[in-house]
Amino acid sequence: MAQPPDHWFDEEAGPLVRPYAMTRGRTRPATGWLDVATQVMAVDSGGDPLGLGPEHQAILRLCRQPLSIAELAAYVDLPLVVAKVLLSDLIERGDVVVRAPEQVASAPGRDLLQAVLDGVRAL
Amino acid sequence: MVSVHSEQIIPASVKVLVAGGFGVGKTTLVGSVSEIPPLSTEELLTEASSGVDDLAGVEGKTTTTVALDFGRITVSPRIVLYLFGTPGQDRFWFMWDELAYGAAGAIVLIDTRRLEASFAAIDFFERRRIPFVVAVNHFEGSYDYEADEVRKALAINDSIPVVACDARKKDSSKLALIKLLEHAMSRLPAAEPKVS
Repeated sequence: MAQPPDHWFDEEAGPLVRPYAMTRGRTRPATGWLDVATQVMAVDSGGDPLGLGPEHQAILRLCRQPLSIAELAAYVDLPLVVAKVLLSDLIERGDVVVRAPEQVASAPGRDLLQAVLDGVRAL
Repeated sequence: MVSVHSEQIIPASVKVLVAGGFGVGKTTLVGSVSEIPPLSTEELLTEASSGVDDLAGVEGKTTTTVALDFGRITVSPRIVLYLFGTPGQDRFWFMWDELAYGAAGAIVLIDTRRLEASFAAIDFFERRRIPFVVAVNHFEGSYDYEADEVRKALAINDSIPVVACDARKKDSSKLALIKLLEHAMSRLPAAEPKVS
């Protein structure tokens, strides 16, 4: 059903619009596939912090040690998709490095599974 | 994208999914083995978002948020295991696709009083050939069934491990995770990788 023209969005659009305002309306990262479990880490690129929002800076502070995208999103309290877009900005600037994407795009092989199994058994 | 040599300092991630019906104890299981209290994040979903790169025309879309709970086990300085609880409601299956992409496998947690709540999860993993085990969560008032009875009721293959579980207990959840990892390894192709 068409909305009346003076109510072109309803209140459900609220939580949608504001988080995306941080990404200037972008709804997907520019750097391609970023998995929820992908590990990222901040590096000192000597880049000018000009142009970085407070959320970008919060992400940089959090991932001085490697951290997954899901953890970053949870700690900065942003939806996953917003965290991914902000991370893609930082990746493009060279402020953040990611583990090579092909290593997260396929199911783990025997050596990795065995290492995980050994680790879980030792818990 | 800067990724050259980053694997030397950035750990590999391994994903395991914890699936099952709403209220079956997924977050409890994640919490009992995780080294951190389960974290929660959410995904914003916009209907008809495919092929749309900005919010032009947002007025025509419906939006919703899906909560995602997960835990972490640091296996070694080089490997981190994440356990993701899948959103329980059936209409968020499409989100499972992203979670399942590259996952080692899944633990399907079931409550024998509400077996049908797990059918969707079992179907999802079977169809995508993702290794899974069935963990029968213990609830007060739930009956004990033999593994074969559970397999028959769920119409799953004899090769699928069925384990009894108390999701509140670390050792019990850990055992379900070990069974899954062993099962996932048993399903890997032998020495010569098959061309499919």
